[in-house]
Amino acid sequence: MDNLIVTSSPHISHHDSVPKIMQGVMIALIPIIAISIYFFKMRALSILLVSIFVCVITEYLFQKIRKQPITINDGSAMLTGVLLALTLPPTLPLWMVAVGAVIAIGLGKQAFGGLGSNVFNPALVGRAFLMISFPVAMTSWIGVDGVSSATPLNLMKMQGQTTDYLKLVLGNVGGSLGETSAIAILLGGLYLLYKNYIDWRIPLSYLGSGVIFTLVAGQDAIFFLLSGGLLLGAFFMATDMVTTPITRTGKWVFGTVGGILVAIIRLYGGYPEGVMFSILLMNAVTPIINRYTNPTMYGRVKTNG
Amino acid sequence: METKLFSFKGGIHPNYQKQLTQDKTIERGLVPDVVRIPLVQHIGAPATPIVKVGDHVKMGQQIGKANGFISANVHASVSGKVIAIENRAQIGGVVPTIIIENDGSDELDDSIKGYWHLEDLSSQDIMNIVHEAGIVGMGGATFPSHVKLSPPKEHKIDTVILNGAECEPYLTSDHRTMVEHPEEVVWGLKVILKGLGVEKGYIGIENNKPDAIQAIKNVCNKEQNIEIVVLETKYPQGGEKQLIKAITGREVPSKRLPSEIGCVIFNVGTSRAIARAIKLGIPLIERVVTVTGKGVKVPQNLLVRIGTSFEEVIKQCGGLVDSAAKVISGGPMMGIAQGSLEVSVTKGTSGILVLTKDEVAEMKPYPCIKCARCVDACPMGLLPLKVANTVQAGELDMAMEYNILDCIECGCCSYICPAKRPLLQYIRLGKAKIRSQKR
Repeated sequence: MDNLIVTSSPHISHHDSVPKIMQGVMIALIPIIAISIYFFKMRALSILLVSIFVCVITEYLFQKIRKQPITINDGSAMLTGVLLALTLPPTLPLWMVAVGAVIAIGLGKQAFGGLGSNVFNPALVGRAFLMISFPVAMTSWIGVDGVSSATPLNLMKMQGQTTDYLKLVLGNVGGSLGETSAIAILLGGLYLLYKNYIDWRIPLSYLGSGVIFTLVAGQDAIFFLLSGGLLLGAFFMATDMVTTPITRTGKWVFGTVGGILVAIIRLYGGYPEGVMFSILLMNAVTPIINRYTNPTMYGRVKTNG
Repeated sequence: METKLFSFKGGIHPNYQKQLTQDKTIERGLVPDVVRIPLVQHIGAPATPIVKVGDHVKMGQQIGKANGFISANVHASVSGKVIAIENRAQIGGVVPTIIIENDGSDELDDSIKGYWHLEDLSSQDIMNIVHEAGIVGMGGATFPSHVKLSPPKEHKIDTVILNGAECEPYLTSDHRTMVEHPEEVVWGLKVILKGLGVEKGYIGIENNKPDAIQAIKNVCNKEQNIEIVVLETKYPQGGEKQLIKAITGREVPSKRLPSEIGCVIFNVGTSRAIARAIKLGIPLIERVVTVTGKGVKVPQNLLVRIGTSFEEVIKQCGGLVDSAAKVISGGPMMGIAQGSLEVSVTKGTSGILVLTKDEVAEMKPYPCIKCARCVDACPMGLLPLKVANTVQAGELDMAMEYNILDCIECGCCSYICPAKRPLLQYIRLGKAKIRSQKR
């Protein structure tokens, strides 16, 4: 026996891999994708397809131009495409979707050095760009009947009008593609928790702190929880591994402060919705959170804070 | 079992694969025609050969003399003629090796006398016998046992722990030793307690070995001062620092020895070897080796003479399967892959694990996605991804700030990494660079 393989230990590894995690998140998104297509039909489907296609192509071109290995097979660009699409209103013109996708991958991900190096959640970078560039198109909503209507959060903010909880759970309300159905999001979120692809600390603290803040402010906490992009953000955006803290304490901090930010923006800010900004803001401070939340080491008292 | 489970923070739950050998009785391996006995089978200075080529040696005769305090004696594991003393490739590298042609008589050396009675022995006697018998830590670390039995005066030892965790996947040599020889294991603990003048002894066993726990309990039911601690099955539960934390709640301070917080740890196999050295006068010339993995035709637990080649041991287990690709001395987490089957079984060889081609397929590394699984898994509370990143960037000062030197090299980070980054390899590289800078 001469050709024995000699490498250093450990000689076994866990079955999870980066592509498997990306696939797992895609599987978790299936109920949300399905229900968005059910409610918004061709509009949803075409936004999803354009967003995915442009994200993957952008990644490919960036890496080609920079003469880097092409990594579109790892599934991360596709995932960004889906997540971006799910945060967009169903009436958004497709060319704007494409612009958002180019920004998400180009500015949000590749400009930082690609997978693992980006500071901000790429899909939310794309959405933020669209929000600032095309504010009107990004806030034009239709109901599931295709007739223009405001989102539940808009109705609340502008007219003080509440929406039926059951409608919010099922999703037959106005809103972005993937944010309307609480039940579909929870289904996906539970799958992610079960597969250990997200850390429960973030959704729990993110939703929990927002709910508590809303209650203290004397507002409707159930409405807070079910409306807008809160659940989608809590399970699919605030849990993005790359852009959130690596320490357990840090995850508590990220979620807690993020949740309070959502509530503050919704209750007192100019925008009806605050999920996107809360997560982007927390992404920005994640390196600082990491620095100050080092785990306690074995065999010594906590050092340098 | 209603017992409270003791454990530590972090760690992983690999696929244990113990079922391959855990119910197989320890079989006596065939003694080979030639044994090749390395003079380095321990941490510390190599032993000095005290026989010459052409000498006739008897089984159990000392052939290598400990060179200084942190070193260990080496004995002939067969009787026969010394045919060569030369440098040979062994498990940890090229080391001086004494090669003996077995005459098949297994004639015991005259120096071996088993009349020792524990009550007549002083601490010093115990230390001397253990030293004489060349006993080293048999869990794999191979630290000379007599050194552990004589801790610095200023360290007040109050706790002796026998390590029966056997947290490495696949390995069952300690498990079978506890099941089949519980009285020797416990008797060894009594010797150690007496040697160190300590009252309280613990035996820590993971809860995936209920038969071992029961066997040890049966022997210990009259021993007031020996407590059996059932541990959670989790790697690296048997790591020295993790075991101390799980059982005593104490933490060994960074860069210090367990004895500084009053603890001394021995592997259960070592305890048995100590018992045999005192009772029978037998030096450490054979050990239980778990020969296992999909790559071996008939996995089993074998009692093997020190100096038997891996090739010979594997042959006795039906040989390798065609797809065998990697032969590891030890377990899959911390064991050392071997390039040749000519290396010898030593005092620290707890297992020979053979993995097949499909089990060792190299996976392409991806960039770190900061999933932090390595952070959660690190039993030392380090940030393995940060440590590895700093080494990769050549920032050794930063690596020091991330406490690279506290790494125990258990491999949890590399195991768990979904990006398949060789984190531990980077950390080892960094440690080596830092050590060479210090010189």
